[in-house]
Amino acid sequence: MLDNVWLIPLFPLIGFLINGLFGKKIKNEAIIGGIGTLMIFMSFIVSCGILIQLVGLPAEQRVFEKVIFPWIHAGNFKVDMAFLVDPLSAVMIMVVTGVGSLIHLYSIGYMHGEEGFYRFFAYLNLFCMSMLLLVLGANMLVMFIGWEGVGLCSYLLIGYYFEKKSAGDAAKKAFVMNRVGDFGFLIGLFILFWWFGSNHNIWTVNFVEIKAASHLLPYGGVVTIATLCLFLGATGKSAQIPLFTWLPDAMEGPTPVSALIHAATMVTAGVYMIGRMSFVFIKAPETMLVVAVVGAATAIFAATIGTAQNDIKRVLAYSTVSQLGFMFLAMGVGAFGAGIFHLMTHAFFKACLFLGSGSVIHSMHHALHKGHLHDDAQDMRNMGGLKSAMPITFITFLVSTIAIAGIPGFSGFFSKDEILWQAFANPYHGGVNIILWGVGCLAALFTAFYMFRLVFMTFFGESRINPKVKEYLHESPLVITIPLMVLGFLAVVGGFIGMPKLMGMLPNYFEHWLDPVFELAKEYGATYAHTGAHYSHALEWGLMGFSVVVAVIGITIAFTMYMANTKLPGKFTSTFPALHRAVYNKWYVDEIYDFLFVNPCKAFGNLLWKGFDVVIVDGIVNGTGKLVMACAAGLKGLQSGYVHNYAMGMALGVVGILALYLFR
Amino acid sequence: MVSLNSYLILSAILFAIGTIGVLTRRNAIVIFMCVEMMLNAVNLTFIAFSKYLGNLDGQIFVLFVMTVAAAEAAVGLALMIAFYKNRESIDVEDMNMMKW
Repeated sequence: MLDNVWLIPLFPLIGFLINGLFGKKIKNEAIIGGIGTLMIFMSFIVSCGILIQLVGLPAEQRVFEKVIFPWIHAGNFKVDMAFLVDPLSAVMIMVVTGVGSLIHLYSIGYMHGEEGFYRFFAYLNLFCMSMLLLVLGANMLVMFIGWEGVGLCSYLLIGYYFEKKSAGDAAKKAFVMNRVGDFGFLIGLFILFWWFGSNHNIWTVNFVEIKAASHLLPYGGVVTIATLCLFLGATGKSAQIPLFTWLPDAMEGPTPVSALIHAATMVTAGVYMIGRMSFVFIKAPETMLVVAVVGAATAIFAATIGTAQNDIKRVLAYSTVSQLGFMFLAMGVGAFGAGIFHLMTHAFFKACLFLGSGSVIHSMHHALHKGHLHDDAQDMRNMGGLKSAMPITFITFLVSTIAIAGIPGFSGFFSKDEILWQAFANPYHGGVNIILWGVGCLAALFTAFYMFRLVFMTFFGESRINPKVKEYLHESPLVITIPLMVLGFLAVVGGFIGMPKLMGMLPNYFEHWLDPVFELAKEYGATYAHTGAHYSHALEWGLMGFSVVVAVIGITIAFTMYMANTKLPGKFTSTFPALHRAVYNKWYVDEIYDFLFVNPCKAFGNLLWKGFDVVIVDGIVNGTGKLVMACAAGLKGLQSGYVHNYAMGMALGVVGILALYLFR
Repeated sequence: MVSLNSYLILSAILFAIGTIGVLTRRNAIVIFMCVEMMLNAVNLTFIAFSKYLGNLDGQIFVLFVMTVAAAEAAVGLALMIAFYKNRESIDVEDMNMMKW
């Protein structure tokens, strides 16, 4: 089975080719959607087979590299098109193909009747292929192909409704911001390649070879620079400060896209990359601190913005940014396993939340459409009381919300609590630990608050939709609700495989599973870890209890403000108008970026246009023409058209030539 | 016995008359005749030198020149007829369209 790993990205590629080339002719939605879904589902089956075989092997043999074909062999530089199967990539392919299959299935229902139905499925399959290349790549260049491929698909899918200007703008924004990150990724790659090559004559970009040679890397210094560059790439792809503003705008794309690309898979690529390169990152203590701080800062920053948004998808988008911050916090404190664990549970509950919101929007849209109303179908102020109309959506949504809020027993609790505990107890960052943990807890509080605010505003209370169309609200079809139920189920039980040892009910399978991947990083980290601090089980239990209390407080505040006393939010905004305005306008980050980067770029562009292009470039081009014209104007008098003049010219010429000949 | 110089002087006079005619006359037929006169002036020089040097090359050249002149007369007169049909004139002052 391991030998057949190349099938995993191949299936979606076939789907992409079929739908992309012939989709327009096929027309039949069932066939197009069926092909798209079937292809990714076949990948899922192969992935399952690989996972099962991997589980059967002893832990230290769970690394397998499959070379598909030699790619670039030039002198010292050797790169193959090769796939790497190890516990980490196995987790990722399971998430990508599993969640991907469900979202493909969901899309058949959600995208029904859309004009570019085939285009949507072609892009979605292309995305899956790129993402699988990214996570399976055995060297940094194959990973980079996937890295760029998912960026391209993200661009195409955000701009799916390209006739809308806002969608086109959002797509461009996402692409340009990702390019900034990709630039960092490439520079980091080059630095590592150059350092190994010039110092130790190891010319490689292969992960296994870098891992084997990683003991040669110094602590800090060049590794810090390389990893900071790589981390810049991660911030671009995973929407962290400073490159996070594209993700909320990416909600212009269809909802399944938001679920698959902008919540469950692509945006986790940065986290995965750090996990894959953990043995390099851990050698740069400064970078680790930067990663942790950026992660914590993003977690709290995005969470605050999420509390004031009214668009249901935007709240979820900021929630995604915030949760990705948690993952980076985990990576930054050396808890790579916890970060990947949160990546997985987040994929389950956030995909479920996005698909649930899609189901709500779908229903709202239909109702408003039937009533010929032009209210915003995504605005939560138009919703309310949907739980009776859409029971399945409601229950799955509620379950996922509880999971993300961190209530014990649900998947989000296990992963988030693990991250908070590791942030507190990690031995790497000295006194910063407590701050990281505190910020994380605060972000968790906000998370619980804004998520329950969303649930209360959408599903509870009085219906605020125009009464004319209330009767048209109905539950979505099965093709939409089945993925919801599966994901909702996973959002509940997905966490048990990573239950902390402390609870003692189950061993922490997930951590053991990833141990071989992160072992080396732990070993390297030990050289600068602050030893001595040993925390008691009581403290761990206490902090766990504390994070539960934090979540409950968040939920209670949301309940008080949006259920019990609905006048409170209004009172709050009128008491602190400036604060509310700042949060509602996303702390004016977009405006600041416009001022700092976009407008100067535009001004510089204008300068080049009006100063350089018009004056100099056009001047040279037009000047050439004008010079020729001026010469011609002087000389055209010679061509009078009169035969006599020509005859005289000939006679004089003959005389001239003769004179030259005779009197030379 | 007429000396070579006499032939050459006559030839030069004929050539000069022809050249002046080409440059000053307006009637295309007259210009054409002047061109013929220049050609014949050259022919005369050829013959004179041929006789003087005792070499037949010059006379053969004259035959060639006459052939070319005949062909030229045919083409030139055809052009003039075509022009006359269009403009009802063979005045070269009217042939002034070949300019920018």
